[in-house]
Amino acid sequence: MTEALLTVENLHTQFRTEGGVVQAVDDVSFNIQAGETFALVGESGCGKSVTALSIMGLIPNPPGEITSGSIEFDGVDLLQVSSTEMRSIRGSKIGMIFQEPMSSLNPVLTIESQLAEPLKIHIGLSSAAANDRAQELIDMVGIPDSKTRLKQYPHELSGGQRQRIMIAMAMACTPRLLIADEATTALDVTIQAQILDLMQEVTEKSGAALLIITHNLGIVARYADRVAVMYAGKLREVGDASDIYAASQHPYTVGLLRSVPRLDSEKGTPLSPIGGEIPDLTNLPGGCAFNPRCQWAVDRCSIEEPELIEIAQGKQVACFEHASVSLSV
Amino acid sequence: MTVTSDLGNEWQLTPPLSTRLRGMFGATVKAAKRDIVLGVSISLLLLGLFLAVFGPTLARTDYERTDPVNRMLPPSAEHWFGTDNWGRDVFDRTIVGTRLSFLVGFSVTLISTVIGVAIALVISYFRILDAIMMRFVDGFLAFPTILLALALISLIGPSIGNVIIALSITATAGKIRLVRGAVLSLRESTYVEAARAVGVPVPRILMLHVLPNIVSIIIVQATFTLASAILAEASLSFLGAGVPEYVPSWGNIIATGQGYIQVGFHISFFPGLFLTVTVLAVVLIGDSIRDHLDPKLRGRLKTTTH
Repeated sequence: MTEALLTVENLHTQFRTEGGVVQAVDDVSFNIQAGETFALVGESGCGKSVTALSIMGLIPNPPGEITSGSIEFDGVDLLQVSSTEMRSIRGSKIGMIFQEPMSSLNPVLTIESQLAEPLKIHIGLSSAAANDRAQELIDMVGIPDSKTRLKQYPHELSGGQRQRIMIAMAMACTPRLLIADEATTALDVTIQAQILDLMQEVTEKSGAALLIITHNLGIVARYADRVAVMYAGKLREVGDASDIYAASQHPYTVGLLRSVPRLDSEKGTPLSPIGGEIPDLTNLPGGCAFNPRCQWAVDRCSIEEPELIEIAQGKQVACFEHASVSLSV
Repeated sequence: MTVTSDLGNEWQLTPPLSTRLRGMFGATVKAAKRDIVLGVSISLLLLGLFLAVFGPTLARTDYERTDPVNRMLPPSAEHWFGTDNWGRDVFDRTIVGTRLSFLVGFSVTLISTVIGVAIALVISYFRILDAIMMRFVDGFLAFPTILLALALISLIGPSIGNVIIALSITATAGKIRLVRGAVLSLRESTYVEAARAVGVPVPRILMLHVLPNIVSIIIVQATFTLASAILAEASLSFLGAGVPEYVPSWGNIIATGQGYIQVGFHISFFPGLFLTVTVLAVVLIGDSIRDHLDPKLRGRLKTTTH
C-alpha cells in the first residue's frame, strides 16, 4: 500500500449547544490514498460535513471544537499548523466544493474575479495572468463561451454552471485533494451526473484525490473506490465500494441500500426504509447508537459499543452481529 | 495541468487613474442622459456645490448688515426671496448659507461613514472587541442625537469644527450598529465560507467579499446621514450651540423665520426649499448609485430602459 495522502485518526469534534455537548464526530479514523475517490456516506446530521470542515480547519469555534485526534495531510498534521499555514493549504492543496451552488458564489463579484482570487493569493499571479488562467479553467469545466462568462455575475448562470465554476475555483491551484460536500445534492439528476463526471475527470487528470460527501448511495456505487458509512458521529463500515454495495455487513448500510431502488434487484422487491428516526445527538441511546432501529440487534447491542474492527483485507465493520448481517432478506 | 506564474507580467494591470476617472465621468454622463431623474438630481447637487463655493461672491448685498426699514418684505424683483426680520436679504443669506450647510452635511457624512464602516468591519471579526464596542455604541444610541451633540458641544465649545465632531460621533454610532449587523449576517453566508475555503485572508474577505455586498446599505444610510446632519446643524444653531445667529446657514435662517411664519413665511420657506431639494437630490442619487452597483438590478435596468 502506498503512503496515504490524508490520514484522519481518532478525530473528535464537538459542539457545545444549549441542549448540551454534541459529539458530532466521535473517534473517526480513515485514510485516503493519493488519486483515489473516497466516499463518506450517511444521513443528515451524522457528522459527514463536520468531518470535512474539520479537515479544512473551518469548524466555527465557538461553539465547535476539535477536542482530540490528528489529521495528517501530505506529511503535515493539520491540527498543529498555525492558522496562516492552514490558510495557505486551503485552496492550494485542498479544494472544497459546497452544497449550495446558488449561494457559494459572491453575488457582487464577477466570475472572473472570483476564479482569479485563489491564483493571486496562492500562486501570486498578476491580475492579467490570473484572468487568462481563469478562462482556461472555465474551458476546462466545460462552460461554453468562456470570454463572456468571465465578465458575468453569478445570478446570470444556472445552478449547474455555478457548480462548474465552484469546481474550477477549487481546482484552480491544482490541489492534491478535492472535497465535495454534497456538491450535487441541490442539482437535477442529469446535471448531478454531469458534475460528478466532471469532478472525476478533473481530479483524474491532475492526480488529485476526491472525497465525496453524500447521502446518495447511487453516487457511491458509480464513482467511489472506497466508501465509509457514518452514523451518529461514528464510522460504521469502511470498505471497497463494490464490496459494500454487494455484500454490506453493517445493518445501517444494509438499511440504506434496501431503501433505494436498484437496477440489479429482483423485480417486485419492495423498498424497505429504515424504521425509527435519527437519535438526538445530545442524548444517544446506550451501546450501539443504531440499536433501536436495528433488526439484528441483540441484548448486548444496547449495553456495549462495538468497535470498528477489520474483518477482511481493507474492510472494517463496527457491529457485533456482522457475521449474520446480509443484504438478502 | 501546470500553473506558470511568469505569464503576463509585462501587461499593465490597471489603466492609469486619469483614464479611469474619465471613464467614470463618461459613464455618469451617460447614465444621467438615460435617466432624467438622475440627471436633474446631479445638476441640482452641482448647483448646490457651486453655491457652496461661490455663494459669498454672488451675494449682492451685505448679508450680515441689518436694515430695519426694509424688514419683513415679501419676495420682489429687488429681494427675490424677500427680507427677514432684520431687513437682511433672504436670497443672499440662503446662497451664502449653502456653504455651511454643505460643509457640515458632507463632512459629517464622510467622517461617520468612513470611521463607522471601518470600526464595524474590524469588530465584526473580533468577538471581544465587538462586545466592548457595542456597549459603547448602545450608550451613545441611548441618548437623542441632539441632546448628545449639545452635551459634547458644551464640553468642547461651540464652533463649526466642533459641530462637525459632535454630529460625527453620534452618526458614527448608528453606522457601526447598522454595518456590523449586515457584516455579521454576511459572515455566515456560504460564499464567505467558500472564500475562506479557498484560503482568502480575513482582511481581504472583509474588503473584497463583504464590503461590496453592503455598499448599497452604506450609501442609502449615508444619504440619510447627510440630510439629518444638515437638519441637526440647524437645530444646534437654533439652540445656540452651533454657529452664531448672524452667520447664515440654512438651519439658522429657518430658525429665524420660525417666529414669523404667519406674517412672513418666505423667510423659512426658501432655505427650507433649498434644504428639501438638496436632500431629495442626494437621496435620489444614492438610490441610483445603489441600482448601478447591484449587478442584479443593473441587468434589469438594461432591459427596462429604452
